[in-house]
Amino acid sequence: MRTRWKTALGVVLVAVMLFPVYWMVNVSLTRTSDMRADPPHWFPWNPTFEGYAAAFGQQLPALATSLFIGLGTVVLTLAVSLPAGYALAKLRPRGGRAIDFLLLVAQMIPAVVMAMGFYAIYIRLGLLNTVPGLIVADSTLAVPFGVLLFRAFMAGIPGELLSAAQIDGASTWRTFRSIILPLSRNSAITVSLFTFLWAWSDFIFASTLNRNSDVIPITLSIFRYIGNNTTQWNSIMATAVIASIPAAFLLILAQRYIAAGVTAGAVKD
Amino acid sequence: MGATRTAGVLSPPAHRAARRPLRWTTPAFLAPLIVYLLLFYAYPLYRNIELSLHDYTPRAFIQGNPEFTGLESYAKILSDDAFLRALGNTALFTLGSIAVQYALGLALAVFFHRSFRLSAVLRAMFLVPWLLPLIVSASTWSWMLNSENGIVNAALQAFGIGQINWLTSPDTSLLAVTIANIWLGIPFNLVILYAGLQNIPAPLYEAAGLDGATAWQQFWRITFPLLRPVSAITLLLGLIYTLKVVDIIWIMTRGGPADASTTLAIWSYREAFGTGQPDFSPAAAVGNLLILIAFAAGLVHVRLQRGEERS
Repeated sequence: MRTRWKTALGVVLVAVMLFPVYWMVNVSLTRTSDMRADPPHWFPWNPTFEGYAAAFGQQLPALATSLFIGLGTVVLTLAVSLPAGYALAKLRPRGGRAIDFLLLVAQMIPAVVMAMGFYAIYIRLGLLNTVPGLIVADSTLAVPFGVLLFRAFMAGIPGELLSAAQIDGASTWRTFRSIILPLSRNSAITVSLFTFLWAWSDFIFASTLNRNSDVIPITLSIFRYIGNNTTQWNSIMATAVIASIPAAFLLILAQRYIAAGVTAGAVKD
Repeated sequence: MGATRTAGVLSPPAHRAARRPLRWTTPAFLAPLIVYLLLFYAYPLYRNIELSLHDYTPRAFIQGNPEFTGLESYAKILSDDAFLRALGNTALFTLGSIAVQYALGLALAVFFHRSFRLSAVLRAMFLVPWLLPLIVSASTWSWMLNSENGIVNAALQAFGIGQINWLTSPDTSLLAVTIANIWLGIPFNLVILYAGLQNIPAPLYEAAGLDGATAWQQFWRITFPLLRPVSAITLLLGLIYTLKVVDIIWIMTRGGPADASTTLAIWSYREAFGTGQPDFSPAAAVGNLLILIAFAAGLVHVRLQRGEERS
């Protein structure tokens, strides 16, 4: 009885918390003529898909750009953080603690400061308004997180497993490739999902380093869309709904992988 | 986590005996990260300091011959009236956000602490605001807070409250962006505090229950004191994250009207990228001040974490 009461309250709380999300979907389905109704329609009784048609018609290139940038950022982040995580967790390098500290500090630097630094560098190198430039900048959002997560996970891989490989004559590289990487699959998926989401959601780097580009990611595209036409809120919200799809995936998938990563680490000890 | 740490402490002797990697192997694995940190963290930060010490006009940017001005940019900023205003706004925005986020996050964490039907699913739903791209949340809030057609004003009207110009009045714009930011921060607080609650031994509550302590007393005598280290870390991380917020404010109000919602981060962003006339030197100076504030908070955080690990 008591738990049923709690469930009911929980549902109400979720409803309040997610109201803005509901509203986004509601507005995305509202006809342009109903947009300025007073009071606003609480439910899209006469749903229209004109918003979605407009969104798909105009935003597909930006969505593709964001997809590409997200995947590129994931590849770069994994390439840097997987070996580093292994070295920090298992090879006890000199200065390992200092690197830990630097990674913590790196996460505190405001993105706007990084954006100015990158701008000053890119303007000389001709990397402004390029996709590779944006991928590098976006990866700074994820690399410290990736290294720290891999390190924490790999520290839990039993030393005996690595010693056995060593005795069988495996090189450190071979151990890394054949033992560490396969075992780290779940944590790699977790890092990849978060990295992708951060790159996909990035606004600051896109709006500073890519602002004069023809090839822009979805976040910047929505921002310009709002600036250019304030009447088509159904199209804007439809684009927002589409841009949220990766988040929905993450919520369903990463939940499992975060749990998998944590329990895998615990069980193997 | 605890199990992982013990394994790390127990295994070193075995490692050292069994395996002695070639001298260059370890550096080779670390090299990508070190090169990366130097190129993409240290160098931008260095460039940023350099920007703040020269007079970087757009022209000097391209020609590469800016005039060295020393600390002039800093002096100019600190004596600007806008500085105190932005500092005050930053304090209100940051402290207001983290205080309310923490209080609501803690209340929710306590609510979800004892599992009930559907509790895991409902708790997961609370993560949604955290996962949405900021442009999505910010534009949704903008439309909800729209003066004429927003749902918020329509709802308030039902209670007889007249139209509030949330985003276009200097009296409310800072409050409006703070509300949106609180909404965004609740999931983070909930997740960390919930994890902290799981580490409080259940027998404590059982004993207190036997002694006749009410739920309210249990919260203030057990939960709150034992959660203090986790609370401190949550609040500090919240502080560090909130100090750097740009997107949500820029998308909703662009720091306006009349600087009413301009924080230090927004000020920096606007000087460098927000106007047709980029002015990088003061922007970089403001950015560096922001880093100093964040690092000060960060040092406290590292201290606290070390203390946590030791205990």
